[in-house]
Amino acid sequence: MDRLVLLVSTGVARGLVIALFALSLVIIWRAARIVNFAQAAMAVVAVYVAFAVEAATGSYVLAVLAALVTGALLGAWVERGLMRRVSGRTPLPGMIVAIGLVMVLQSVLGILFGPKHRPMTPVFAETPLSVGGVPVLSRYDLFVLVVALVVVAGLGLLFNRSTLGLQLRASATAPEVSRLLGVRVPRMVTIGWMLSCAVAALAVLLLVPTELGLNAHSADVLFVHAFTVAVLGGLDSPVGALLGGVVVGVIVSLVTGYASAGLAPLAVLALLTVVLLVRPGGIFAPKEARTA
Amino acid sequence: MRNHAPTPTPAAKAMAAAGAAVVGLTVAACSSPAAATPGVDDETVKVGTHQPLTGPAAAGFSSISAATSAYFEYVNAQGGIHGRTIEYVVKDDGYNPANTQTVVRELVQEDDVFALLNGLGTPTHSSVLDYLDQNGVPDLFVASGSTTWNQPEEYPNTFGFNVDYVVEGAALAQHAADQKPGAVVCVLGQDDDFGETFLQGVELALGADGVATYQTYSTSNEDVTAQIGAMKEAGCEINLLATINGFTAMALGTAAQMDWFPQWYASSSGGDYPTLVGFLGEDVGPKLLEGFVSANYLPNSPGGDWYELFQQINDEYNDGAPFDGNTVYGMSVGYLFAEALAKAGEDPTRESLVEAVGSGELVGNGILPLTFGADDHAAYDGVGIAVVKGGVQDFVDATYRVDGETVSAVEPEPVPLENDGIPAP
Amino acid sequence: MNRPVTGTRARSVRAIVVRAALLTLLALAATFALDPFRNYQLAVIAATFCATAGLTLLVGLTGQLSLGHAVLMAAGGYGYVLVAGPAGDAGLPGPARFALGLAGALAASGAVGVLLGLAGARLRGPYLAGLTLALVIALPAAATQIPGLGKDQGLSVPFEAVPGPLTGVMVVEQWHAWIAIVVAAVAVTPLVVLRSGRAGLRMRAVHGDEVAARLAGVSPARVKVGAFVASSLSAGLGGAVLAVVTQNVSPGRYSLAFSLLLVVAVVVGGLGSVGGAAAGAALVVLLPWVVETVASGLPADVAQRLSGNLAVAVFGALLVAVTVAWPGGLAAATAGPRARLAGRLPRARPRPADPSSGPSSDPSHDLRPEPRPITER
Repeated sequence: MDRLVLLVSTGVARGLVIALFALSLVIIWRAARIVNFAQAAMAVVAVYVAFAVEAATGSYVLAVLAALVTGALLGAWVERGLMRRVSGRTPLPGMIVAIGLVMVLQSVLGILFGPKHRPMTPVFAETPLSVGGVPVLSRYDLFVLVVALVVVAGLGLLFNRSTLGLQLRASATAPEVSRLLGVRVPRMVTIGWMLSCAVAALAVLLLVPTELGLNAHSADVLFVHAFTVAVLGGLDSPVGALLGGVVVGVIVSLVTGYASAGLAPLAVLALLTVVLLVRPGGIFAPKEARTA
Repeated sequence: MRNHAPTPTPAAKAMAAAGAAVVGLTVAACSSPAAATPGVDDETVKVGTHQPLTGPAAAGFSSISAATSAYFEYVNAQGGIHGRTIEYVVKDDGYNPANTQTVVRELVQEDDVFALLNGLGTPTHSSVLDYLDQNGVPDLFVASGSTTWNQPEEYPNTFGFNVDYVVEGAALAQHAADQKPGAVVCVLGQDDDFGETFLQGVELALGADGVATYQTYSTSNEDVTAQIGAMKEAGCEINLLATINGFTAMALGTAAQMDWFPQWYASSSGGDYPTLVGFLGEDVGPKLLEGFVSANYLPNSPGGDWYELFQQINDEYNDGAPFDGNTVYGMSVGYLFAEALAKAGEDPTRESLVEAVGSGELVGNGILPLTFGADDHAAYDGVGIAVVKGGVQDFVDATYRVDGETVSAVEPEPVPLENDGIPAP
Repeated sequence: MNRPVTGTRARSVRAIVVRAALLTLLALAATFALDPFRNYQLAVIAATFCATAGLTLLVGLTGQLSLGHAVLMAAGGYGYVLVAGPAGDAGLPGPARFALGLAGALAASGAVGVLLGLAGARLRGPYLAGLTLALVIALPAAATQIPGLGKDQGLSVPFEAVPGPLTGVMVVEQWHAWIAIVVAAVAVTPLVVLRSGRAGLRMRAVHGDEVAARLAGVSPARVKVGAFVASSLSAGLGGAVLAVVTQNVSPGRYSLAFSLLLVVAVVVGGLGSVGGAAAGAALVVLLPWVVETVASGLPADVAQRLSGNLAVAVFGALLVAVTVAWPGGLAAATAGPRARLAGRLPRARPRPADPSSGPSSDPSHDLRPEPRPITER
């Protein structure tokens, strides 16, 4: 029983970071109808900047701000400079350009910083708190949970209760009509990218202290897991991303604990396959209209 | 005007094939003629290696080849071996066997190397064993603890260097049994050849039921909470680690977070004190690592002759790169090759090089003698135990050798530093 | 409407086969001019071509992006060694062992292809891409966990030595290049035939507008599965060839990075263009070597940093540049001069009233930016 609690709470903790990253994928899908395969690499670049800021100033808060700002700027720059120039009729060219961007970013980071991991001390203690003698979440995990909830709530408010959110969603689903109604669609798309990359940078910044350290490939596995989560929950649903993240985190943890570490990627694949078989648009996706 | 989109297929295929032929012809005309002994002329000896310099696996290993190159520069500055300088061609394979195949073929066919030295990685090097054997290329001092390199019948030109994982597991397990008889012993291993053969060694010393629990981790998942939790629950007192440095740090760190401080014994691949402190941080690392036990067979003794020589070489020829276990390793490999080259004679050939290594006359620079021979292509069959005391990792008075199925405690026989670390012919 | 197609169709198929045979002979002859290392590279290019040819049709004609094509090659490689290995142990002679191995490769990759095709029929763009991504990430785990697949070290493949009569004439690398070229021809020619006929039409129809296609009696699911299976059989043969040429099958070789390189190859070559797939395959095999050679001229520590990374950076930049500037890839960029050259070669008579004319038949059309909407301010 203790073991189960430990595994589940570890899974929840890891899953929250995945959920946060998945949220960033949801944002960009809702705002621009694209899956940004370069999200992880761009987030890693932002975190390298955050590292430099923390090393220079010693302040974690400044590092977080640096990550958010760099992420947003990077998102704007990529969208304006690159994605605007490719056709949006199908998702294909965007995906291909993003893949190219990943290759460029990771290799340049490797050239500049080498392959060594740069460890980061977590801002809160990672010692698990005990409830009734059983270790559950640590202060750091609670911090991540709070951040994730705040982001989800903020996004919910933004997309559903604010004019900006309405404009963002309209620009993604009906660009021509939105333009006719006075919405500056290109600006909305850019804002969507900026938000998305900022959240992704935050997620990776929260991830790094729990791993070996920062290097060009730190977020690769995170991206795959987050993509799985976003697909599971449906790329349109922030709540789906949050729940999906926790579920995937717990499943990976349970499989690692009760079976073996090597089976985890297979479990993720199996889960993804099963869900997509039943609901090709993800669990929370709206039903597809009958076409023929 | 055609009324459908151009179907380029056949013409384009012709162009592609013709283009390839033209490129091939020009390149074929440029390739150098084969030398009598490839890679050796009056001035230089050229050897090559494949190493993971990029990619996720590079973090732990990329500094090794730089250290070996630095040592060779030192030797070259002192006049080389038999008047020849050693040229070390390092090619990156990103720990991907497909790339290893390509770069090794390049080394053999394009760069015409004399021999392959210190090819790194079990899956990577396994993929080129047959090729090297078929082409008669000396394959020296493979950087992996797998027992695959010790097959004198199948691969007469291949020699290992790292002490194999069975020996390490057996030695560490025996030391655990000697230090704390009856303690609960557990093993955390990488989920591949490394972990499995290490476990075999442990069971050699402790018996099949000597291990309370065997946990595995996968390098693609940088989280060992589940495994450490299981070991804590099993009441482990001594944990033997078949881990790479990053995961050793993870294990110690995770256990500390759970308020659990068992005894840790690590293999040489994951027991390097400076590297571990780098992972754990300067404030937490030394405290967690106090009393940390690891296995080693190279002169990794702060204050020792070899150690100080290597430090000097590192400062002068390696751009002041960080000095850690990898540096000692890389330079020791370089030294052993220089020794083999010296023994291979004034006019070395591939045959004379292989003979020199297999003759059993090489001494190396380890804390135990080399075990190369006609029917043994493994370099070391024993390890010494090192402990971290007061922030310094040094050997203690415990050395073990594994002979077939038995582990026995022996006296170390460290090789003294002679001739400033340049092998005499 | 039942137009008799035997006459012109049979003639165009024959023309394709004849041209393929000529190209194959040309390539076989070219191997004599290359040294062993170049022949090895040529063999790897041929094997990669098997995969890129299928992938370019899949992405270009049906619009399904598969990020896991390396897994199909892996299935072919493992299928080959799991059959050829025991066949060799049982004492079967070389050719029989090789043929059985190929059959194993086809079976394995075909099976995976069917599964992926079924997934592709159900899933839209990013979801399919995500599934194939998870698949390629899970491959090393599968190889480690499923017993008999040799784990990380993989399995070694029976060595195909140069046959008796030819031992004086060629070295083993050239023999392997021959095997690779012939298998590539056998794998790719059916794809070209498929593409130029009804199946190709159906693929374009489904890609252009699924609803209209369905109304016209074309089953999108069947077409998509068929496209996947066709491309996976070809990729499987490529994987088998790679196994023979390198004498080793291990999961490390079929990595995500390799899958992405395949995507680079087809995009740069031009989606939907088989010739482009050939050029792309040559590019991804040769470029890293070219970059290494250039980088090795630099001082050692710079070279170490650049090593490996620079090639990837160049590929990434190429991918971005080609998609942005030349959406049709090399095929479209060189379409003019090649058309003039092809006009001089004998061709089949153009089919009458070809309904595939127009913008929707051009597979690279969805890489080009759409016309600016009139509502733009």
